[in-house]
Amino acid sequence: MTQVQTATIGRLGAAAIRKRRARGARDLIEALLYLAPSLLLFAVFVFIPLARTVYLSLFYTNPVGNPRGFAGLDHYVELATSPAFHRSLLTTFQFALYTVPGGIVIALLLAVLANRRLRGINVFRTFFSSTIAVSLAVAATIWALMLNPSIGLFNYLLGSIGVRGPAWLTDPSSALVSVSLVTIWATLGFNMIVLLAGLQSIPEELYESAKIDGAAGLKIFRHITIPMLSPSLFFLLVVNIIHVFQAFTQIHALTRGGPVDATNVLVYSIYLDAFVNFQFGFASAQALVLFTIILALTLVQFGVVERRVHYQ
Amino acid sequence: MALTRLGDRTNSPELGRRLGLYALLSLTSIAVAFPLLIALSYSFMVERDITSFPPPILPANATLANYREVFDRALRPGSPLPIFHYLLNSFVVSTAVVIGQLVTASLAAYAFAFLPFPGKSVLFLTFLATLMVPWEATIIPNYLTIRDLQWVDTYQGLAVPFMATGFGTFLLRQSFLQLPRDLYDAAVVDGASRFRFLWQIVLPLSRPALGTLAVYSFLATWNQYFWPLLVTNQPIMRTVQVGIVQLRFEESLRWGLVMAGVVIVVIPTILLLVLGQRQLVRGLTAGAIKG
Repeated sequence: MTQVQTATIGRLGAAAIRKRRARGARDLIEALLYLAPSLLLFAVFVFIPLARTVYLSLFYTNPVGNPRGFAGLDHYVELATSPAFHRSLLTTFQFALYTVPGGIVIALLLAVLANRRLRGINVFRTFFSSTIAVSLAVAATIWALMLNPSIGLFNYLLGSIGVRGPAWLTDPSSALVSVSLVTIWATLGFNMIVLLAGLQSIPEELYESAKIDGAAGLKIFRHITIPMLSPSLFFLLVVNIIHVFQAFTQIHALTRGGPVDATNVLVYSIYLDAFVNFQFGFASAQALVLFTIILALTLVQFGVVERRVHYQ
Repeated sequence: MALTRLGDRTNSPELGRRLGLYALLSLTSIAVAFPLLIALSYSFMVERDITSFPPPILPANATLANYREVFDRALRPGSPLPIFHYLLNSFVVSTAVVIGQLVTASLAAYAFAFLPFPGKSVLFLTFLATLMVPWEATIIPNYLTIRDLQWVDTYQGLAVPFMATGFGTFLLRQSFLQLPRDLYDAAVVDGASRFRFLWQIVLPLSRPALGTLAVYSFLATWNQYFWPLLVTNQPIMRTVQVGIVQLRFEESLRWGLVMAGVVIVVIPTILLLVLGQRQLVRGLTAGAIKG
């Protein structure tokens, strides 16, 4: 190869690279035009606000939300030492414990019941999933009637079996349970639909070969249904915990965080500090705790789902 | 096949089992929907019956008085219970969000599914990242933004923040990727512009996915509570969810009236569930299946 030839190839190569770069830039500009509406909205309502939450959490603010004086890590120190905030976190965990496992188990029973080929089964499925059409605000309003200590059906039914029902929403020891009951009911439809879809994707042959092997009833359920359903169950576990950490509607509609903070869960505490007490900085620090918890949960979910996909 | 079915029908233990199953399914259906049925029943009751003991289940003297009062009050000028406004507001906002999401998500999904461009994976990760930021974590600055734009008590304040969607973009991208790649190559060779390909081929072929996104985002927006509570002050700008909770606090002793309100608020979403069940189920399970 002579020097001239090499130089020519070099020049050509450089030209090709330039050409490719130019096309790359053109492609990028065109793609950005398609992405621009979404990216603009995400910037204004997701990414910049997230950065602003971090920023606000480092400042003291005046009642209209403008930073007045650098707080450094003061708000975080306060979070670490505040009994009220610890109580709020604890209440949120308790709320998750009351609603998530119970809600998933009931939904599983419904899904198993609805998972058969039967004339008219779709009518029953619609009934079983009906609560997805019910917002938390509506659910809370109906349950407020049913849980009403003097005219509600709940305490009447309890009374008829000889149990003296509590004051439910107005008693600090039963308020969180009341809110949990509403939440379980309102999430039932969603959970049922996800589990039913999971059940329907289990191949029929698995059941048939288990039956040939002589397995029956509960044994099949335990050794085939539950393992095959575990991705859906895991998905629901994470999503339901995330929803509990985001819970606000049922609290605001029923108890306003009370009585005596018995239902003051994380998001409600953020709401009170930001929009009732106007301590935007302190509330922003709490919002970042919320963000961290949900980010961790989401990453766990993505991680596990990813693994599942690889192993399939 | 026919023989087995005939056998099933004449086999009486099998028939008994089947009847038992139907009974179980019916009872469970009633139990699950019980709160909704109670709301419906109480909406036809007079207050005197509601407060009687033992608490009634079915109306002894069924009446439309509660509904009449809701409508009468709604139509009175300056009404403290403008339920038609609530419905209208929720409808306008939900529809605006659906249209906004369909436009932004199909444009973005199209770029991710068909266009070659550098930095695609970084941009895709940016969309993915939005799924990890809960709305509640950014609600303080978002409220300040809407207030500073003077969008409090406006439809744009209620709708615009939700017009882009990471979830919807993934849903549509997934569906676009199912389309044969040859279609795109052929169209580009024919000299069709990329946008025309999206408009004339991709969107019409992706109607099921678009329907799924539409039903899902309509329901999600219709059921919102926290955001409308923050960015509306005037009763006339409230959405149905905020309105119904407000109604219970204002009329705490009028349960029949409140339940009539509940029924009116829940009817649109029940209709959506019955008519759009397939789309809705697909949307709700998309996360479970796709992760």
